[in-house]
Amino acid sequence: MIKDQDFLKAKAAHCLDVAKKFGASDASVTIGHSVSETVNFRNKNLDESNRSDGLAFSIDTYIGKKKSSISSSNLLDENLSILIEKCYETTKITPEDEFNSLPNKNLLVESLKDLNIYDKTHIENDKKIHYLKELENSVSENKKIINTESSFTEKKSNFILANSDGFCSGYKTSSFTTSCVAVAKDEKSMERDYEYSSKRYFDDIKDPQTLGKLASNHTIRKLSPKKIGSEKLSVVFDKRIAKGMLGAFASAISSSAIARGTSFLKDQINEQIFSDSINIIDKPDIIKGLGSKNFDSEGVKSEALILVNEGVLKNYLIDTYNGRKLKLQSNGRSGGTTNLYFENGKQTYDELLKTNSRCIYITETIGHGSNLVTGDYSVGATGFLVEGGEFKYPINEITIAGNFKDMFKNIFLANDLEFEYSTNSPTMMIEGMTVAGK
Amino acid sequence: MSNFFDKSDLVRKDAENIVSDTLKNCDDGELYLEDSKSESIILDDNKIKSSNYSSDLGFGFRAVSDEVVAYSYSNEISKDSLKSSAENLQSTLKSITGTYNNEIPKSNKKFYSDVNPIEQKTLNSKLEVLNKVNDYLRKKDGAVKQVTANFLGEHKSIEIIRSGGEAITDIRPLIRFNVSVMLEKNGRKETGVYGIGGRQSYDDYLQNDNWKSVCEEAFRIASVNLESKPAPAGEMKVVLGPGWPAILIHEAIGHGLEGDFNRKKTSAFHNLMGQKVASEGVTIVDDGTIDNRRGSLTVDDEGTPTERTVLIENGILKNFMQDRLNARLMNTRSTGSGRRENYRHVVLPRMRNTMMLSGKQTQDEMIKSVDKGIFAVSFGGGQVDITSGKFVFNCTEAYEIVNGKIGSPIKGATLIGDGPSILKEVSMVGNDMMLDPGIGTCGKAGQGVPVGVAQPSILIDKMTVGGTKL
Repeated sequence: MIKDQDFLKAKAAHCLDVAKKFGASDASVTIGHSVSETVNFRNKNLDESNRSDGLAFSIDTYIGKKKSSISSSNLLDENLSILIEKCYETTKITPEDEFNSLPNKNLLVESLKDLNIYDKTHIENDKKIHYLKELENSVSENKKIINTESSFTEKKSNFILANSDGFCSGYKTSSFTTSCVAVAKDEKSMERDYEYSSKRYFDDIKDPQTLGKLASNHTIRKLSPKKIGSEKLSVVFDKRIAKGMLGAFASAISSSAIARGTSFLKDQINEQIFSDSINIIDKPDIIKGLGSKNFDSEGVKSEALILVNEGVLKNYLIDTYNGRKLKLQSNGRSGGTTNLYFENGKQTYDELLKTNSRCIYITETIGHGSNLVTGDYSVGATGFLVEGGEFKYPINEITIAGNFKDMFKNIFLANDLEFEYSTNSPTMMIEGMTVAGK
Repeated sequence: MSNFFDKSDLVRKDAENIVSDTLKNCDDGELYLEDSKSESIILDDNKIKSSNYSSDLGFGFRAVSDEVVAYSYSNEISKDSLKSSAENLQSTLKSITGTYNNEIPKSNKKFYSDVNPIEQKTLNSKLEVLNKVNDYLRKKDGAVKQVTANFLGEHKSIEIIRSGGEAITDIRPLIRFNVSVMLEKNGRKETGVYGIGGRQSYDDYLQNDNWKSVCEEAFRIASVNLESKPAPAGEMKVVLGPGWPAILIHEAIGHGLEGDFNRKKTSAFHNLMGQKVASEGVTIVDDGTIDNRRGSLTVDDEGTPTERTVLIENGILKNFMQDRLNARLMNTRSTGSGRRENYRHVVLPRMRNTMMLSGKQTQDEMIKSVDKGIFAVSFGGGQVDITSGKFVFNCTEAYEIVNGKIGSPIKGATLIGDGPSILKEVSMVGNDMMLDPGIGTCGKAGQGVPVGVAQPSILIDKMTVGGTKL
């Protein structure tokens, strides 16, 4: 069973007391507990069952403007005292940093909204196994599928964040995730693809037949890929890849990258960085949202933020430390974005694909080819050649490259946004990228 | 050595009994106990940005029957906690009738000392080195706009208790020291990163002001990149420098030769054993036995002593890397390659130090033989799709080659290739094999483990370079 709020609160209060007793001027502590159960199937048989039960503790101690931190998984009171003393001793010899402090009290969350992010339903292993059997039957229907791996994970978490200014709050969250990875084979090739579903509530996850069918279709259509030549082309990003563009954007506007001067988006506030049809929102209070939260990792209230309005950059993602450095107030984004998304574009998916007589549609990228200092982007890609809006044949062993500064200005979006992940994008097209192949 | 039963109501004898009872009808399994301490001290933006210490203790209990693995972990070492894990395993593996394999090879060889790097150097002296790095680089050149330097240290004690009470222990030190520098000139910004490390104490790596050479190397890479032109796009010849570029071997070949993917037949290599998969003269080994290397292990995380496994010998595929489970199901023996990130994770077959051995040619001969291509000296990360065999890696320092001569530096670009065929495109193998500086972490199934790589310079006849210039 997941530890309740009272247990976590008592531990947190104890830690703050101990830190104060040693002589810390301020302290902030997080105590979390999560239990997760996973069942894996492979080729229609049980492959692995995995149960994890983990407590986690972390504390920041301050002496004036000096700060240090410690984390541990061992929550016995005796161990906590030893660690907090060590943390305090380290703080003493750590140099001062004028920007260190607890968050501004006025910004802390006061009351919690019920965001519907905890489903108390417990799915017994037998029921997980039943789901996985149906999933594996569905994905294996097509004889080209030669290998399947499926998984069902149920996770329940609870946490408390408390600091020496009297803040003490936390809440439970849950997630149910099912996934299926399939391998298909024909005379010329072997290909792998996947589908997954992750939701706060069990009742909202995709049914096993649908999930299996999708995984099977994604994989089979990749068989017998060709390599294409090198040329400038428009590139359409499937929704599951397009969200990665938002991830790179979010990293580039984090206050830490801005304060350190290591982002290609430094000094771009109120500048046009996307075309004027683009709006980007970060909304923490979506009911059942996978990224929904009441406050950030410092206790600062998170409210909806318009990051980009009609192509113009309006806000950075700001925490307390980097906010002080930049002379800006925290906007509750310590720990990053919440539910981040592009607003829908005007075209339909079909219209987007027909914009150019020839383009490529990318379903997967590999490699870590984003340089957020220069904005240079180059990754390996797999997908399809599209002509006149029709998928012609699968392609692989190519790269796509450009620079985010140009790419952002050439983004066009379809109107097919769905909230499947914590970061979401409609299908995206970027014109004029360099495709390297033969 | 950690005594895992010191501060617990669980006595060793009870633990042994629970393990033996739970695993009696299983084919394999063990109780894995782990106590790890780690620290991270970061200087960034002219300040000590953070100093973190972490202490982690827990156990993972595994029962294996045929192909099925049941696993349960907890960070509470107590009688109740171990019993409830045992019940959890038994509920998964209800009616099984296996025979526990007691056989596990032994070795007395150790490949590193049990020094605790965190305690061995005072916090003050670590802070002093980081501040010296910052001052040194900022004074060196006005173009230096940002410096990040950090120490990462770890001291991990593990104990493996098998059915019948056999216990195997290991103590593993590990450190890393990194410097990253950003330069700005004429409105252009570029970064350079360099690091060193391994399984010794910090001072073993920092003798004779060695931190200065780490700074110089990071600065040199950033300076080269300030002058870089857009990279070419398309297929061409590629010369790889020695050492760290061997992550090509790790991605292109290494992952595809891990036992699990081949037992499951999802690797592009699964039906190529004994066949020619590389040019003649290409020999690749995975070696866990090199003293003090980042990827070395005295025993793996199942207690098997590590070894030097020949993967490809003179172009012919010889062995896969195996943990106990995959070895048993493939009727072979474990190569001591069973690894896990920590007690929260199940064991998987993984790489240790993956190395391509030296050949006869010189780097000069390779460059001279290329009319149009690139010379890649340093890389960021890489990734592979095991099934299709396609892999990528990102250059962080590369030059164009024009008519047999090294030309201008080029911007970071992704290179993409096909694992099963790339080694057949290797037309020259250099005589200059070098180990990497000790910084690699390999990710698989959400688990990161420290690894090493090594190779001589090599010439690849055909690879796709993902630049922007057509």
